[in-house]
Amino acid sequence: MRFVDEFRDPEIITKAAAEVHRLVDPGRHYRFMEVCGGHTHAIYRFGLKDLLPENIELIHGPGCPVCVLPMGRIDDGLSLCQDSNVIFTAFGDMMRVPGTHGSPLEHKARGADVRIVYSPSDALNLARANPDRHVMFFAIGFETTAPSTALTLLRARVEGIKNFSVFCNHVTIIPAIRAILDSPDMRLDAFIGPGHVSTVIGCRPYEWICRNENKPIVVSGFEPLDMLQSIVMILRQLNAGEAKVENQYKRVVPWEGNRAALRAMAEVFQLRPYFEWRGLGFISQSALRIRDEFAEWDAEQRFQVPGVRVTDPRAAQCGEVLKGVLKPHQCKLFGRECTPEHPIGALMVSTEGSCAAYHSYEHRKQLLTNIQTAA
Amino acid sequence: MAHGAGGKASRKLVEGLFIPLLAPQPSQLLGDAAQVQINGAPLAITTDSFVVKPLRFPGGSIGELAVNGTMNDLAVSGARGEALTVTFVLEEGLPTELLEAEVRAMAAAADRAGVAVVAGDTKVVEHGKADKMYITTTGIGEPLPGVKIDARSVRPGDKVILSGPIGDHGITILLARGDLDFEADLRSDTRCVLALVEAMAKEAAPGIRWMRDPTRGGVATSLNELARDCGLSIHVLEQELPVRDEVRGACELLGLDPLHIANEGQFLAVVAPEYADAALNALTLAEGGEDARIIGDVREQPAGAVLVITGYGASRIVDMLVGDPLPRIC
Repeated sequence: MRFVDEFRDPEIITKAAAEVHRLVDPGRHYRFMEVCGGHTHAIYRFGLKDLLPENIELIHGPGCPVCVLPMGRIDDGLSLCQDSNVIFTAFGDMMRVPGTHGSPLEHKARGADVRIVYSPSDALNLARANPDRHVMFFAIGFETTAPSTALTLLRARVEGIKNFSVFCNHVTIIPAIRAILDSPDMRLDAFIGPGHVSTVIGCRPYEWICRNENKPIVVSGFEPLDMLQSIVMILRQLNAGEAKVENQYKRVVPWEGNRAALRAMAEVFQLRPYFEWRGLGFISQSALRIRDEFAEWDAEQRFQVPGVRVTDPRAAQCGEVLKGVLKPHQCKLFGRECTPEHPIGALMVSTEGSCAAYHSYEHRKQLLTNIQTAA
Repeated sequence: MAHGAGGKASRKLVEGLFIPLLAPQPSQLLGDAAQVQINGAPLAITTDSFVVKPLRFPGGSIGELAVNGTMNDLAVSGARGEALTVTFVLEEGLPTELLEAEVRAMAAAADRAGVAVVAGDTKVVEHGKADKMYITTTGIGEPLPGVKIDARSVRPGDKVILSGPIGDHGITILLARGDLDFEADLRSDTRCVLALVEAMAKEAAPGIRWMRDPTRGGVATSLNELARDCGLSIHVLEQELPVRDEVRGACELLGLDPLHIANEGQFLAVVAPEYADAALNALTLAEGGEDARIIGDVREQPAGAVLVITGYGASRIVDMLVGDPLPRIC
């Protein structure tokens, strides 16, 4: 299969891994943050840790959209589906994320009309097909998915579709990276930059990280070879004493980003003054709201939304895990109260969430290795 | 309820509720069919309900599934299905043509599988109280000579055989629901695997230790159940897994793992190493077994877990499915 097989070729991957081993300074400990949840998932799915030297530590970043969404937003969105006239739509990613009174799937089990869609335009199609119902799309995601929401709203306006609205939770990646860097307990050597987000925003927005923080960032693809090559590029920069933005994912990411997508976003969205992130708290100018010109299609303006704030269970340490301060298994609830079957934090829900990824792919392997070593 | 999707929740329901109340002293491990003795004659018996949307899909329909599914549960328990009973739960207002089409599909599938449908029942529920049609089939069968299925007989060094490409059924259904804006030239793999099991048993019966048809929850769930039951580890070589490009492509796009996707016409077998070649040869020579492969083997560690080994030597644990597989988009 093209664009997959060549990036999973064992021979080339072995060579790339050997190059990583050749480039590392054995006396140094490296801490690289992969910003994107897709990378976290790939690291576990492809078993990349088995290929890396022990002194390269990969820290999972904040780039999993469902993980950073505070529970209050989920409750707000789900409050609307109590109305039997409302069809609540969201990506599959969202369906098992717990709100105070259960996840969207649990609301569905209790009778709410909750449906999985694969794109916001599918939700708009539902609105066309159900003119007597109101279809609400619970929008999540970074700049990766925001353009498709924007284009859908533009289409809704052109067609004058009134029984459709968006509950907008779109967030932006740069302020999150800034918040991570401002966190006093965070020490990083470099970033593996988000691939999908960068297809939209391009590579320029990262330049300040290199300039101000003196840290390399390499925008990376999601195949095992992509990630190894990105780590090679980071190590070469570190060895040469450089800190610049590089684009490993050139086959997909244009340096300047996607202008049409950015234009659509600018037309429909504006920055919120601040937005709450799970675990990271309020971050200014870190999220998008729907412009007043589109108020008719903005679920938050159109309906009475309770605007609840819910604190996470005190024992849950999602914030520390999100910031990379704690590894998933170091959280007090990990694998006990909080499991993929009964997630307490969203990090345990999405397979891009570091806790779920760690639990599925790594945790038992570690446990079992420990048992073996002990034996 | 996530309890219908195969996987962990289903198992919890069975072990936490059904067994304690209905079979407090189970005489055997949970398998696809139960073994009973009537006047000294050993019989295998199993039952399965079929709920699928849409009722018809490329490569098959609910009626065909209902026959093949129960025949396969018997086959992988080492039994040849001899008779089936069928129960229909119908939603009031169901067009008779639809019902007739499914009865015809069942008749054709039973004919192909060489099984008789010997009894039946029909219930009609109010409109809106069922999704068109549910079918339950119960099958009894006679043990295949010399075949003894028991997860506890599995030993380190045994080979894991898979009868053919995985994920066809689950992805076909996903696409047939029409929610996704893409199409693929893909058909459900629904079929009766009895002939394949018999062909393998003819050459390698004493070496067959365990079999399972990886339906909901996929290969990953079946192998996890095995790992747990035998207390050993199953190592799967990712490169040996037969997966069609259409299934791989859909899984890549949707963030799904083919190992978690349902199959309706494949089976897994664990075979003693000295019988592995004979078993595989018998399968690949039989009609419909051409794509069978040895996909891995049984090791001691990590006990109770399934490990997938990549072509470049890395590994990951693959767990049972939790709930339905949900696509990842954002």
